[in-house]
Amino acid sequence: MQRTSVRACLARRVSAAVLFAALPFAAVAQTAPAAAPVKLGIVTFLTGPAAGPFGIPGRNSAEIMIEMLNAGKVPAPYATAGLAGAPIVPKFVDENGSTANQVTEFRNLVQRDGMNAVVGYVSSGNCLAVAPVAEELKALTVFWDCGTPRIFEERPLKYVFRATPHATMDSVAAARYALKRFPDLASYSGINQNYAWGQDSWRDFVAAMKSLAPKTTVDKELLPKLFAGEFGAEISALLTTNSKVVHSSFWDGDLESFIVQNGARGLPARSTMIYTAGETAMFRLGAKIPDGTILGARGPHGVMAPDTPLNKWFRGVYEDRFATAPTYPAYHMAQSILGLKAAWDKAAADKGGQQPAIDDVVKAFEGLEFEGPSAKIRMAIGNGHQGIADIAYGSFKFNKAENKAEIVDIVRYPAECVNPPANMTSTAWLEAGMPGAKCN
Amino acid sequence: MITVIAIVTDGLVYAAWLFVVAIGLTLIFGVMKILNVAHGAFYAFGAYAAATAIGLYFDRGWPVAGGYLVVATAAIAIGLLMGYILERVFLRRVYGKDEVVVVLITYALFLILEDVLILIWGTDGRSAYQPYTEAGSFTVGGLPLSVYDIGLVGFAGLLAIVASYTIKKTTFGRLLTAVIYDRETAAAFGVDVSRVYTVTFLVGAVLGALGGALTAPKISVTPGLGVEVIVLAFAVVAIGGMGSMEGALVGALIVGLFRAGAVHLIPQLELFSIYAVMALVLVFRPQGLFSRAQPRKI
Amino acid sequence: MTGLRILLGALILGGLGAAAPFTPLWLISLVTLAMSTGLVVCGLIILWRGGLVPFGQALFFATGAYTVALSGRWFGMTDAFLLVALAVIMAALVAFVVGFLLAQYREIFFAMLSLALSMILYGVLVKSETLGSTDGINVAQASFLGMKPRGPGYTFALFWLALGMVFSAWLGVSAYLNSVAGQLAGAIRDNEIRVEYLGISVTNLVHLKLTISAALAGAGGGLAALSISHVDPQMAYWTTSGGFVFVTILAGAASVPAAFLGALLFEIVRTIAVALLPGGWQLILGSVLLLTILFVPEGLGSLMIRKRAAVAEKGAA
Repeated sequence: MQRTSVRACLARRVSAAVLFAALPFAAVAQTAPAAAPVKLGIVTFLTGPAAGPFGIPGRNSAEIMIEMLNAGKVPAPYATAGLAGAPIVPKFVDENGSTANQVTEFRNLVQRDGMNAVVGYVSSGNCLAVAPVAEELKALTVFWDCGTPRIFEERPLKYVFRATPHATMDSVAAARYALKRFPDLASYSGINQNYAWGQDSWRDFVAAMKSLAPKTTVDKELLPKLFAGEFGAEISALLTTNSKVVHSSFWDGDLESFIVQNGARGLPARSTMIYTAGETAMFRLGAKIPDGTILGARGPHGVMAPDTPLNKWFRGVYEDRFATAPTYPAYHMAQSILGLKAAWDKAAADKGGQQPAIDDVVKAFEGLEFEGPSAKIRMAIGNGHQGIADIAYGSFKFNKAENKAEIVDIVRYPAECVNPPANMTSTAWLEAGMPGAKCN
Repeated sequence: MITVIAIVTDGLVYAAWLFVVAIGLTLIFGVMKILNVAHGAFYAFGAYAAATAIGLYFDRGWPVAGGYLVVATAAIAIGLLMGYILERVFLRRVYGKDEVVVVLITYALFLILEDVLILIWGTDGRSAYQPYTEAGSFTVGGLPLSVYDIGLVGFAGLLAIVASYTIKKTTFGRLLTAVIYDRETAAAFGVDVSRVYTVTFLVGAVLGALGGALTAPKISVTPGLGVEVIVLAFAVVAIGGMGSMEGALVGALIVGLFRAGAVHLIPQLELFSIYAVMALVLVFRPQGLFSRAQPRKI
Repeated sequence: MTGLRILLGALILGGLGAAAPFTPLWLISLVTLAMSTGLVVCGLIILWRGGLVPFGQALFFATGAYTVALSGRWFGMTDAFLLVALAVIMAALVAFVVGFLLAQYREIFFAMLSLALSMILYGVLVKSETLGSTDGINVAQASFLGMKPRGPGYTFALFWLALGMVFSAWLGVSAYLNSVAGQLAGAIRDNEIRVEYLGISVTNLVHLKLTISAALAGAGGGLAALSISHVDPQMAYWTTSGGFVFVTILAGAASVPAAFLGALLFEIVRTIAVALLPGGWQLILGSVLLLTILFVPEGLGSLMIRKRAAVAEKGAA
């Protein structure tokens, strides 16, 4: 009896050991999705001047979101792993270089590397160049940051989506906020970089001001070269005006140089600056930004985002990994990837749980409504391919007690207030006086 | 009235900046006949080095006045280091070769150095604005001006005087002039041309780095800093005449005032101002304003 | 150029054309784009032989590209042959006008003035909101003598068009280089004044070379516009010119086929560099250029000639 029980005991121990050893494998076998991986191309600035403020936050956001999605750790409603269970395998491509290079790399991603979808592009020029190629190759493409309204206004597109609102809403909301702060505004000036982004931002701002406050006039319209870095002459020109408000869509190096230079010369004492993309600089420049400066974040992002569980989670994982708070480009990338997931999951559900084909995902994405970390996005214009969302603007305040940069007096504008309706182009909408705008 | 003051001061400030940036380039070209595209890299490295040094210095809370010395020291150090490496390792092999080949080598070096910059300092911009903001501002005729900017004008003037004195009065300066005029004859007279080349390149590199270092406190130092500067420096040097100090000064003044005028009076022209001036000057004086017309050798 | 060589060239290009349906599409697009660069480099070879290296060839490249884009947008033209022909004509016209000024300059001043002119075009394009500023303009898909291939057929059609252009350029440029005007390039490079003493106007010759090289650059620009389906002001920026000169050095001034091979090599190196080191591809490119200049200063084409010379020597011995 004892001998058998010893043998049995040993056998039990050995089998227990084997079982324990096998458990991890069993666990992996259980959680590992049975579906083939989805190859996702991510195109963002990894080098060059746009890398620091936009490209790298976008890259970081993509990295953490994909990792969390594959592990199934994203909060509801995105709690399932991967894209309808298929793990995401990303490939990062540098957006720096000429448009020709970008088109070549896009073709390489789709045709050579077999990417199932591409999330890319900060530069509007690249977005405009890639869009027709995406249509030609029938490649599902989600633009995550470029601002030009032209993408869906020039021709209808089937395979291209943009989950982030375009830049018109930045300037329209800026105009509304400025007029709320200065109801008797008589005149204003603008300093924007002399290239498409700056030119379009200024033009939209002027048009919005004209329809909201027809009696206001433009004092100075300054358009320095992109990356000029040195704004002495422009600051002198602004100092000679009496504009209460100065509009600027400057970003990164130019933005920071401008803030440092105009601060040293006392411009903020005479005029209030509006920086439509200013949120990216608030942590780096901190107290250098004068209190009262109006800052935009191209959406209700960063510190202006509401305290939803999804946002709290996103900020938490981003800060843990990258030791800095996420700025708006990180939010843009996160909501683009989440939009893709929402569409993918919906297409799979429509097919009874099977992996969807690209055309199914395209159909599911059109007109989709989904939650981003900071706002709800509705693919409501551009034939259901262009997202609209709310936007927030606020005034900068440096909290000396806690040594923290904050934004106060935040006003959130609903999506229909600052975005053109589905049947009008942005320019037409602005010129017609923004008909149908629903503000509260 | 205030506009006139603005145009004059803005023009001078921009001209001072252009001069400091361009003087190194014109020196190297005048002596070595090398159009150094890597000059943009000297500028960028000088700016980054200064930004880092200023950051370290002010983090320790040391007195403000020393900060300016730090800027200059950082520039000199990095300029010497880079200039030495580039000259010894790469340029030495190609002296005497086709001008264009040498330009392309400097272009290749520029591309490499752009990425090396990111490897060392990463993609985030750096700010080191303390020297700029601590200097304060003063008002002239109702127009606030930055003390640092005006200081830069003074520095540029000083630099011009020192450069002019060195070239005209010191022995080395006269050797330099001899080599600029005719390298072969100077060598035949026993001038150590190789040493002159090395020293010139080092000085040019330091001046390029100084341009970047002096600009760093005013701006946010970001990658891609060097690309824009190269074309501007080329334009000034082409206008003034290659190898001519006075030419660089006058060229910088013309471009600076023209641009300031454009910004205040006809903003549409601002984007073209420098190239338009350059094209105009080259049409009437192909060698630039101050260059000696070379006799044609048969 | 013997009839045999022409036949050989036609066979090689014909073979490439026939191989197209069996090659991955991304590779065909890559090669088409490389050939557009190769065309510009052909033009640069013509100038380089005469001792002139312009740093503003992007001026003509961009002119050709925008001509294609605007002809489609404003006049509704879609025929690829017509568009490319227009691109060539416009670029040559611009060079003809600009050449009156530019042909007077030499060496570094020639390079600088051409740089200034291309940067002026860049400024105009960036400033102009009607021309799309930095966002550029899309180029509609072209038709080929009435046929409208789409999908992979369009990629093939562009590739065959490119092969045709390469063949014509090769014939034309080789003929030019062997002509009196072409042979004089070497003489101009060595000693211009003596050429003038021979009774030949060097300025007129340079003007002619400029126009021909611009025509080639315009052709390259037009092909690039069709291949990428997009044009933007970056095509006129100095770094684009720098890229062309880079490839010219890589290829060397020795022969026309070297221009296309050099362009292809450059594009392949670039694409590999981007895939290998997404954050450091400029480093790789710069290093390649540096190594080429230091160790093969006459470019790859010279390797071919050295080999041919060695073979000839062995044959003679």
